[in-house]
Amino acid sequence: MKELMIGNAAVARGLYEAGVEVVSSYPGTPSTEITEFAATYDDIYCEWAPNEKVAMEVAFGASLRGVRSACAMKHVGLNVAADPLFTLSYTGVTGGLLVCVADDPGMHSSQNEQDSRHYAISAKVPMLEPSDSSECKEFAKLGFEISENFDTPCLLRTCTRIAHAQSVVDQQERIVPEHKPYEKNPAKYIMAPANAIKRHPFVEERTKKLIAYAETAEINRIEMGGTEIGIITSGACYQYVKEVFGDSVSVLKLGMINPLPVQKIKDFAASVQKLYVVEELDGIIESHCRNIGVDCIGKELFTPLGEYSQKSIAEAFGLPAKETITADTAVPVRPPVMCSGCPHRGMFYVLSKNKITVLGDIGCYTLGSAPPLCALDSTLCMGASVSGLHGYHKAAKGEADGKSVAVIGDSTFMHSGMTGLANIAYNGSHATVIILDNSITGMTGHQQNPTTGYNIKGDPATKIDLESLCHALGIARVRVVDPYDLEETEKAVKEELAVAEPSVIISRRPCVLLKYVKAKSPFKVDQDKCRSCKRCMKLGCPSIHMKDGKAAIDNTLCVGCGVCQQLCPFDAIQEGEN
Amino acid sequence: MMNTKGIVIAGVGGQGSLLASKLLGRVLVNEGYDIKVSEVHGMSQRGGSVITYVRYGDKVYSPVVQSGEADYIISFERIEAARYAYLLKTGGIIITNTQRIDPMPVIMGTADYPEQILEELTAKGVHIEAMDALSLAEQAGSFKAVNIVLMGQLAKHFHIDYDKWIAALEQTVKPKFVELNKKAFALGYQFGN
Repeated sequence: MKELMIGNAAVARGLYEAGVEVVSSYPGTPSTEITEFAATYDDIYCEWAPNEKVAMEVAFGASLRGVRSACAMKHVGLNVAADPLFTLSYTGVTGGLLVCVADDPGMHSSQNEQDSRHYAISAKVPMLEPSDSSECKEFAKLGFEISENFDTPCLLRTCTRIAHAQSVVDQQERIVPEHKPYEKNPAKYIMAPANAIKRHPFVEERTKKLIAYAETAEINRIEMGGTEIGIITSGACYQYVKEVFGDSVSVLKLGMINPLPVQKIKDFAASVQKLYVVEELDGIIESHCRNIGVDCIGKELFTPLGEYSQKSIAEAFGLPAKETITADTAVPVRPPVMCSGCPHRGMFYVLSKNKITVLGDIGCYTLGSAPPLCALDSTLCMGASVSGLHGYHKAAKGEADGKSVAVIGDSTFMHSGMTGLANIAYNGSHATVIILDNSITGMTGHQQNPTTGYNIKGDPATKIDLESLCHALGIARVRVVDPYDLEETEKAVKEELAVAEPSVIISRRPCVLLKYVKAKSPFKVDQDKCRSCKRCMKLGCPSIHMKDGKAAIDNTLCVGCGVCQQLCPFDAIQEGEN
Repeated sequence: MMNTKGIVIAGVGGQGSLLASKLLGRVLVNEGYDIKVSEVHGMSQRGGSVITYVRYGDKVYSPVVQSGEADYIISFERIEAARYAYLLKTGGIIITNTQRIDPMPVIMGTADYPEQILEELTAKGVHIEAMDALSLAEQAGSFKAVNIVLMGQLAKHFHIDYDKWIAALEQTVKPKFVELNKKAFALGYQFGN
């Protein structure tokens, strides 16, 4: 049956058809839906792990037990899982193991633009890169064959325009390979030095075999279209190249991007007059070409920044631009904002009002950095708010006490905030950590986590109690506030900042977009009472705007959180009628 | 061979552009076209400007629509139509909701909302079909049906039977919302007749 599927759904279908039995992942745009779709197949055990390192290790354990397993993550998630990856390369696998990693060139929803191909090179594991949904499915299946045939984990790399682009996929049956019986094998699986030393030559030999495979593999495909121009490319870039040139140039489309073939590239280069390499982000294929003595044009023509498109490639080749019309009047930018009724807003308003230095983290609450709240001072990576705050305090030698906090979401806290909090307790800084507990993993589109009480299927699961957890990590002062109550929130912040010991404030209110959270009637502004002081505008709520000189509330957006009402000194903001 | 056609769906995060592209994708797949749809999830969904690309034809390569390549722009908000007007090819059509949603710089008073921007584009020769899709959606039963009202208007430009659109709609939306959306689609389809 033919279906229109986003790349991530097609990867999940590939996992299903390949007979995968265990999938463990941590959500991250643009990789999240792989695991969400995998969880729709009852034959696959799926879970959200607290972080990517845990997820990959779960997949390792399943492979050790002899079944096919997978994990999925975004590019920065692979940083977290790098530790198991590098040694998994030495141990190899029993059941096939596929690591799906999604890059985000153009940073649609990421904090950097790193190129995960570097991991494949340095961990010495094969990496496949599909260029549409159909290939997402086929390459996922092929990844398991490569994994088992070469005794290695296999990486499957996508990018936003593959992961979140829909194209037509032909579906097949699921075939579960025979389970391999578990056998104790210390020489392969106990990576103590004496054993690891013997596994390293195996890894080097494996790479040679993989290169030989890459020379003849069907997924490294030459499409001849004249001898004038040859282009080596892969993934989404292949589509852009074909869009610009059709069949008028020759293309070497690489489906396997690590290790790269040598002879195939030399032969292709010899068959064309001018050789180009079109690859987003870093010049990895280009460097390989130069290393094997093949001259090519790459990053001197194509930028290492952002996403490519048919337009950027046509421009680089000096082809004429298409005609367009634009308005002369400037259109104001529309940056993403915290939603109307977002529970983070009340807390950020209080922090901003009190001019507190805020070390931020990764999640929807990064949006608290935008005007008018401008509440954040830093955002680095998952968990860095908590550990960073400790360092900030130690460096300030007491001067930061009472003036700085960390903010971190419930899911991010479970991912990698806990260890930082243990460090605060153990090494003693007077730091206040605010856990913005909206009872869901928000930014990636509502995934359950260990604090929500539900698993990936929505079934009840053990709910980890954040208060007890913080106590157990050595923090005596732990309190809970409702961020919709500005007075209570401000009181809590001021009191915790005043004490000379570490503390945690749990700012608790479920994400307003959760289905079980019922919106209240929209609030209204009494135009006669409004004196246009714009105090309510300081919240940066997208529902509130000025209309004819007075504040007005958009009734299609307002969810009746009532935070603005608490700011109005003239009682002009009133609850809507139910 | 049919040239690849491009459609852009532009709106504000949360307005339901993903459902609109799903309906469009469904109907075009049912018609047997090769098709690619590209959307962005994650951060920009949070009240930001969001854009979805739909491309279809005999053989589609790139999933994105670039400058001067769109046959249609469907916009859920007035200035979003203008923001992406550069994607329209000569002779292309903009179908837009006239609803105004102030972006944060306008809310904060650091930028003006360009009230006359559609008129400006019309003066430059752009074919614009502007409609109060919000009112029609409310008439159908929910302001959330703006997306389907606009798809109804778009459908008038296609040589695809009305029934086939309805069949695709039934395949796309949850059963309990089918009636509401059929009504919204009809109101969009009838607009301007």
